[in-house]
Order: sequence, then C-alpha cells, then structure tokens
Amino acid sequence: MTRKQKRLSVIVGGLAFLGAATGLTFYALGQKASYFYMPADLTTASVAPGQRIRLGGLVEKGTVQRGQRATVAFSVTDTHKSVKVTYTGILPDLFREEQGVITEGTFGPDGVFVADSVLAKHDERYMPKEVADGLKEKGVWQESKSE
Amino acid sequence: MVETGHFALVLAFALSLVQMTVPLFGARLGNQRLMAVGGPVTVAGFVLTALSFAALASAYASSDFSVASVWENSHSLQPLIYKLTGTWGNHEGSMLLWVLILTFFGALVAAFGSNLPATLRANVLAVQGAIGAAFFLFILLTSNPFVRLNPAPIEGRDLNPVLQDLGLAVHPPLLYLGYVGFSICFSFSVAALIEGRIDASWARWVRPWTLLAWMFLTGGIAMGSYWAYYELGWGGFWFWDPVENASFMPWLAGTALLHSAIVMEKRSALKIWTLLLAILTFSLSLLGTFLVRSGVLTSVHAFASDPTRGVFILGILTLFIGGSLALFALRASRLTAGGLFHPISREGALVLNNLFLTTATATVLVGTLYPLALEALTGDKISVGAPFFDLTFGPLMLPLLVLVPFGPLLAWKRGDVFAVAQRLMAAFAIALTAMLVTGLFIDGASVFAALGIGLAVWLVAGALTDLAVKSGVGSVAPAIMFRRFAGLPRSVFGTALAHLGLGLTLLGIVATLSFGTEKILSMRAGDTVELSGHRLRFVGLYPAQGPNYSEDRGRFELIGASGSPVGEISSAKRFFPVRQTMTTESGIKTLGFSQLYISLGDAGKDGSVVVRLWWKPLVTLIWGGGLVMMAGAAMSLMDRRLRVGAPSRRRKQALASAGLP
Repeated sequence: MTRKQKRLSVIVGGLAFLGAATGLTFYALGQKASYFYMPADLTTASVAPGQRIRLGGLVEKGTVQRGQRATVAFSVTDTHKSVKVTYTGILPDLFREEQGVITEGTFGPDGVFVADSVLAKHDERYMPKEVADGLKEKGVWQESKSE
Repeated sequence: MVETGHFALVLAFALSLVQMTVPLFGARLGNQRLMAVGGPVTVAGFVLTALSFAALASAYASSDFSVASVWENSHSLQPLIYKLTGTWGNHEGSMLLWVLILTFFGALVAAFGSNLPATLRANVLAVQGAIGAAFFLFILLTSNPFVRLNPAPIEGRDLNPVLQDLGLAVHPPLLYLGYVGFSICFSFSVAALIEGRIDASWARWVRPWTLLAWMFLTGGIAMGSYWAYYELGWGGFWFWDPVENASFMPWLAGTALLHSAIVMEKRSALKIWTLLLAILTFSLSLLGTFLVRSGVLTSVHAFASDPTRGVFILGILTLFIGGSLALFALRASRLTAGGLFHPISREGALVLNNLFLTTATATVLVGTLYPLALEALTGDKISVGAPFFDLTFGPLMLPLLVLVPFGPLLAWKRGDVFAVAQRLMAAFAIALTAMLVTGLFIDGASVFAALGIGLAVWLVAGALTDLAVKSGVGSVAPAIMFRRFAGLPRSVFGTALAHLGLGLTLLGIVATLSFGTEKILSMRAGDTVELSGHRLRFVGLYPAQGPNYSEDRGRFELIGASGSPVGEISSAKRFFPVRQTMTTESGIKTLGFSQLYISLGDAGKDGSVVVRLWWKPLVTLIWGGGLVMMAGAAMSLMDRRLRVGAPSRRRKQALASAGLP
C-alpha cells in the first residue's frame, strides 16, 4: 500500500469505529434511559407494564405499611394523584412521610408500581430536584418551604 | 485571622493577574526580566493562598461561628478531625482547596522549572495564572468562605453527617490533586501553542505531570468509590452517577494521555494529538468541577446551590475550553508532525488504546450530559444509569482489555504480532484454565462470569509475562535473568504494575457481581442466618451515645465451624439531632480479599430489625487494584529518565549522541 492508501484506510477504519460507537450510544439512549414521571403525569403519558421508569413525588401521609419480610408499601403523591408502590429492601435513611422521594422500577399488571430502588438523596433542607420542579409546575410547592 | 485570610486571598488574586500578564508579555518581547517575574509571583501567590486556607481551617478548628461557612457546616461538639476536614466539606472551602492545589502545582513548576526554556516557562506560568485568576475571582465574587455573620450564632448547624467520616480527609484532596494536576499539562499545551512549537523539553515535562495527576486521580476515584461503598450502606461500589462520571471522564482521557505521551516522548510522534488530549483532559476536569460545583446535579456533592455560581463556572469553562481549542485550531498546523510507524507496532497499539479510551470517554460524556441537555431543551427528565453504560462502555472496554497484554510486548516502529502471540501462549493457557475452572466447577457461574474471570486472569498473567520476557526467562541463565530483571527500567515495572492492577480491579468487579449473594430479612436478637457458608448470629440492638449523635448499634457474631463465635460485626443507625438526619453505618468484616457487609434497616415494633446482608467475594480487589495502579504510576515516576533534572547536562548529551532517549 502507498502512504496515501494507508492513511485512508486508517481514517476509514477510525470513522467506522466511531460510527459504530455512536450508533450504539444512541440505541442505548433510546432503550435504556428511564423517564421521570410524577403521579399526575401518568394519566396523560402511556407507560406500558414492564417499562422502566422513575416515579417521584411525596410519600403520602399515613400510607407507609411494613409487610412481611422487609417489604414496604406506600403511596407516592403529587397532591393531585397518588400511586401505590411496593419495595423490598431497606429504605434510605431520609425516607419519611411527606418527604420527597424518587423510586425506580416498573408497573406490575395490577397497576402497582414495583420499585427496585428508592432514592431520597436530599438532606432535610432539600428536595430531589426533579420532585421540586414537578411540584412547582403543579403549583403545590412554595419556595419558602425549602428552608 | 479570618480577615487576614480574606485579605491574603484578594492579594493572591491580584498576584495571579500579574502572573498571567507580565511573563506572557516578557516571552513575547523576549525580555528576560519580565519573564523572570513569573517565578517569584507564582510562589508568592501560593504562599498567600496557603495562608488564606490556613485561616479558614483555623476558623473551623476553633468553631468560629461568626464565619457563615463555619456556622453552616460545623458544630462545636464534632471531633477535631471532622472540624478540620469540614474546611473543604462545603462549597466555599472546597473551591479554596481547589485553588490552593492549583497554586501549589504552579509553584512547583516555578521552583523546579529552571531547566525549561525561559519562554516556555514564562508562558506556562502565565496560563496557570490565568486559570488561577478565574477561580480566585469566582471564589471572591460568588463563594466567599470568609463572610461574617453579625450577630454571631452560638452554635453551628453541623457538617452533613454523611461527610463526617475519614473519607472526607482523603477523597477530596486526592481527587483535586488529580483534577488540578492536569492543569499543568494543559498549561504546557497552551504554552506550546502560544509559542507555535513543541520542543523536546515539552514531552519530558508533560509525561511526569500526567503520571502524577493520573496517580492521584486514580487514588481519589478508588477512595471515593470505597467511601460510597461503606458509607451509603447500599453495598454498591459504582453507581454511574453523574458526579462519579465527572471524575471518571478525566481519568479515561488522562489514561489515554498517559499512553500517547509515551509515544511522543520515545518516538516524537503523535505530538499534535497528545497536545489536544492534554487540553481535553483538563477540559473534562473543568467540566467535572462545573457539574459538581454548580448545583446542576443533585447529589451528596451538591452543597447549597446558587444559580450565579453555575453561570460563573460555565463562563470559566467556555473561556478556557473554547479559548484553548480555538488556539489549537489556529496553531496546530504550524506544529510539525512526528515520526512514522507501521500499524503493527508499539505505537500502533498505543494509538488503538487511545482510540478506544477516547471513544469510551465520549460515551460516558454523552450519558452524563444527554439527560441535562434533554431537560434543558424539552423538559423531559430522564435518567441514564448502569443499563446504558453496560451497553455502550462495556463493549468498548472488552476488546481493549483483551489487547492490553500485547501492547508492551510489541516492538517500536514495526512489531511482529505472531511472535508476541507466541510469547503470550502461557498467559493465554492460564487464562483459559481459569475460565474453564470457573465455568465448570463453580456453582451458578454464568458465561459472563467465566469470561470475565478469564479476562482478568489474562490481564494479570499478561503483565507478568511482560516482565518475564523482558528479563529473558527461558532464554538465558538464571543469574543473568535476575540481573536483567533488577536492571529493567522502572517504567517497565510501572507498566506491568498498572496493567496488573487493572486485572485485579476487573477480577474484583466480576467476582463481586457474579458470585456475590445478598439477603434481606427481619431478625430478632438471637436469630441466626447463613449466607454463602457464613453463619451470623444477631446479638441484639444496643443504644449508644456519640459526641454529636446517638446510635442504635446492631451487634452480630460470626459463628465458626465449631459453633462458637469467631468474630464480631456491628452496624449502626445514627441520628444526628442538629440536622435531624439519620445515617447508616455499615458493618464490614474482611475475610481474605472478600467481605461480609451488613446494613441495618428500620426497627419494628416487636423488637425485630430489618437486616440486609451481602457476601462480596474478592470485593477489596476492586480498590486494591487501584492501589496497585497507583504504585505502577509511582514506579514509572521513579524512572531515572523522568527524574527532572537528575541526569547532568553532560550525561544527557552523552545519551543523545549515543542515540538513546
């Protein structure tokens, strides 16, 4: 091969490699990214059973029930609508009634959200950002509450 | 003292303005005296910043709550060590640590750079000064740690309980040493672009800095990962959280830089690419600082956020990344390309390494920034987690890891891949055996587990093969072999150790993910549970009082084969009254390289407690591998040819005339 051909083959090979990586990245973004919803969004958005989403809101007061074998059931609400959630495992230390929470998982066929992770990554002064934004949009959150 | 610190910080800012202009003009005009201003000014700037940092630290140590930052992040009852580490356990203080390290590295160049060409040295210090000026201004305008409160509160609001840990003493300083260490490579690159030429001293200087920064960054990431593992109580070591990615991207790019700098130093090829990579690596460090410090992301790292800070850092980011890339576009064509090489050669292997690593960096970048961009553009909130990275980052890493053992064995310029493959036969056989043994004899081993273990063993065996081949195992007499082994350049050991560490980390990851077990159950005092052959008895829950918290400590006994206890593990739920926060202290028992991990959940009304137990086989290798990688970098740094200024001028000339590097 001449030098030119050699260089060309290197460039073509490199581009093909980058192209494959780009394709894979966008495929993965389409398939593997999970969307964030608040309970009221679920009336308009269609979420198939088995599709991974993140569900956020406030833990509704008086709904936390500890069942058998470390399973917990509670409702996540945005004060307009609420969704029943079940989770098996240890709840984060900051999980409390009427506090912001983000759960990740899928809807079961019975309409109950089965979470495999529960996040409450804020301290007592902050809400998870997604939840705070969502509540602001729905007009139930006042800035003053954050302090 | 506090006002002295504040004043010192303002003076340091003023000096950084001098540092970024005077030496630059001096270099332009060829004026020795103007250029010589750079050194003393840089050192003075460092001393002032250190004074300022010491002032803040002493305010923290003495719990001076008239300082707003101390009031918000400290408490008089905290142990002294957490009072001190609290200095950087908040936004303002951590930015001050950032500039302290920046000016420290600048001062190192000023102090040890006397063998650099005067103009290069002046330009490097000027660029370093410009970065410093931007961040000093940022601190003074938006994040001043020295703001006073009047009247002064009596008691502070306590440090975030999650940060009240020894990890805070180690993780941020190491990480910043890494992040900011790359600023030197960046400054050298921009200085080379300003001058329009890359000379030999450029490569000689950039490589040790890259090694040093990479070593600290590796340690910082490993430490952060271990800290998250034991502190958060989730038993995970990596979450693909955006803030983790923020530190991982400069590491990946820095790893690529480390390798391309070798080609540049040894063969003076890939000059322009190395220069670009150095710019990109520090740009990713800045991006990481922006992501973590601006409050764009919510995480443990996002302290109270203020939108003006985000905009300010974004401005700094745009200025430095945009500016340096524009300069690169203008000047790169002036730089001369280096030597040629055959695709199958050490250089070729290193180029391949760079191709994989930079593409992998790009996928992590997309995965980290895409959710932010999508939210800004459409308002949709998505999260990109492990499933995304498994599908993109994973396939990119696999072939790279398979190829790693080939690289160091290939010859420069033109290599023989078959000869190398022959030398690697033994390593291949060992890896294949490991794979088969895993697949056939370990219960519940998946194909993934067998392949993963095989790959990890391949890396370890490959690294050892490299050392064996280079010391002539099997071809020379043992006495000569030992002499050769002892005489191998330190950098050869460095390479082998780093690749070995990579293999160990991979082994830890694969073993933990494939053979780890977990149980969640509700236990009462006296209950026993068995997990992967380990029997544990729950002794009970005991309340205790710490300096600034109260806790319920769950004690567990590890039961030996004879039925008597052989060890104790305890996990606690701590309550910090000042912040009204609970934390979980996980209980960890290390057995060999493996660990038993216990996390305590909520206590029920009937005296039972929810307990989550994990058996994590070989998990400590994940971070142990990181330490080995660091040792590899340290070994390479000790190589004589990198010891800055070590060989005398005459010796250097003698080497040059003999055609050696």
